[in-house]
Amino acid sequence: MIRANATLTTLLLSVALVACSKKPPKELPPAPEGTGQQTTDNSGLDNSDAAVPGSQADFVASVASDTIYFDTDRYNVDSADAATLQSQAQWLARYPAKRITIEGHCDERGTRDYNLALGERRANAAKTYLVGLGVGAERISTISYGKERPVALGSDESSWARNRRAVTVTVQ
Amino acid sequence: MMLRNSLIGLALAGTAATAFGQATPLPPSGAGTPPPQEGGLDVTVSDESEWQDLGIAIPGFTTDRDVATPAGQTAPLGRQLGEVITADLRNNGLFKPTGPSALPGIAYSDVTAPQFGIWSGRGADMLVHGYVRAGGDGRLTVGCYLYDVALGSELARQGYVVAPADWRRAAHKCADMVYSRLSGESPFFDSKIAYIAETGPKNHRVKRLAIMDSDGANHRFITNGQATALTPRYSPDYKSLVYLSYVQGNPRIYVYDIGSGQQRLVTQSRNPTFAPRWSPDGRWILYSMAVGGNTDVYRVSASGGQPRRLTTDPGIDVGGSFSPDGSRIVFESDRSGAQQCYVMNADGSDQRRISFFGGRCATPEWSPRGDQIAFTNAGNFKIGVMSPTGGSVRTLTDGWQDEAPTWSPNGRIIQFFRTERGSGRTGLWQVDLTGRNLRRLKTPVDASDPAWGPVLP
Repeated sequence: MIRANATLTTLLLSVALVACSKKPPKELPPAPEGTGQQTTDNSGLDNSDAAVPGSQADFVASVASDTIYFDTDRYNVDSADAATLQSQAQWLARYPAKRITIEGHCDERGTRDYNLALGERRANAAKTYLVGLGVGAERISTISYGKERPVALGSDESSWARNRRAVTVTVQ
Repeated sequence: MMLRNSLIGLALAGTAATAFGQATPLPPSGAGTPPPQEGGLDVTVSDESEWQDLGIAIPGFTTDRDVATPAGQTAPLGRQLGEVITADLRNNGLFKPTGPSALPGIAYSDVTAPQFGIWSGRGADMLVHGYVRAGGDGRLTVGCYLYDVALGSELARQGYVVAPADWRRAAHKCADMVYSRLSGESPFFDSKIAYIAETGPKNHRVKRLAIMDSDGANHRFITNGQATALTPRYSPDYKSLVYLSYVQGNPRIYVYDIGSGQQRLVTQSRNPTFAPRWSPDGRWILYSMAVGGNTDVYRVSASGGQPRRLTTDPGIDVGGSFSPDGSRIVFESDRSGAQQCYVMNADGSDQRRISFFGGRCATPEWSPRGDQIAFTNAGNFKIGVMSPTGGSVRTLTDGWQDEAPTWSPNGRIIQFFRTERGSGRTGLWQVDLTGRNLRRLKTPVDASDPAWGPVLP
């Protein structure tokens, strides 16, 4: 289903870009701390060279978003996600030596084991989509954090929506 | 500490009776400092409507000679034995025990010839007497006697020879003897619990593998918290723990040898593995593995070797719990659209959905008695039980988020963890099968993912 060929994908994308809707909830609650979505260790990263081409900072600055969002218990890549992943694929095409890890996450309203499995599904859905866009599968690893690493700390719908996500992190 | 009791379906020997006075003056031997009140359970919720108190008097155990041992002087140790037994019996919701702090001491000769008049005057129905003796070989001998005060007769006795470091086990064994003799149920106090100790803020939770006795004593952290640890399970022989760790980056399950402190991967796959479980005989480990995003249940010999894939469905098949005889496995799957519980044979054949109660069935755990399956209703996050065919569904808890039931060794009590809304703070709780006796287990820090092991031999 997600294995769209390039033309179909481009078609979908043009639709998506027009109707880039729902996913990341409209009004986001303030981020709890300055931590943002950096759930992976980026200690090798220096703020001073934030614009260095091919860096994580460059990736984040260049793509529509490093994160796509999912509905409760779902793992399908919708039009908004597709646009985001397209922008990531373009960046990866510019830096063919770069590899990425896609982190799959869930909200707290799930049992632990199931969420680990669901996070895997989400990360792999994003991976599959990027591979469909021509990114080499060998450049993409996945990891599930289940509900272990929330970015939004509330126990409410908007927080849960922000936590149901797949985050692309460049391997530096 | 207050106590409310109720129990349905358990026949108690003797009749309910007046509780005896907590306020009675005590002071027997001036044998030193009061025992540390480590471990134990908070009584936080309970039902006052049904008191079925069987008053049990448990004076401090006596000794023939007050001598030094690695566990302390035998006189104060005897008193501590009585305290541990009292706490055990108080915490199961059946009895109204009164311990050494509210009772006179006894003489060594009283152990086999109790002064029943004293105890009947205090309203005790049952009486526990015992002694502790330091042996020449450095070990302790503990005698445990149960008497029916009204009948003036002995109901049971046992003796235990333990290393001084294991003195609490003698107390748990004694409490188990009393519990079993009076309730007709299997024992469960002399057992241990593995769980995950949690500290830190919600978005940076530190999760450590930890173990403790069933009453919270002898607590020990196993991992240092640098890598997230999740979902431990004690091996049936208590020699090792299987659990999930992110120590190598990706989630993988490891077998940790408690004696050596070494751990090894359960299976060498590069794929993420999680949700590990032991078979009741300890020969097999059940686990879940995601391949290309699809999670299935696998089984591997505890000593290693080639894993066997048990499920092949494209849905998420995860977790699992063996029936006590090892012939069947209950697991969860979302193959029908949402999480539901399924039963299959231990080789993966004959997979059938059993949960049709309208909610979502997750984290099923087969009772050690075989007659019930506990689960998390992932629709409303309450703990429930049902028959192995999915009938007689009952909800036992009412927290905002209750999850991950684990059975007491005798299948009478279910432990689980509760998460607070907002803060994300967690704690271990337990409830009996009536749903009326709900208590929080004290842990040094927040706690989740409990796993109760079998009764020690």
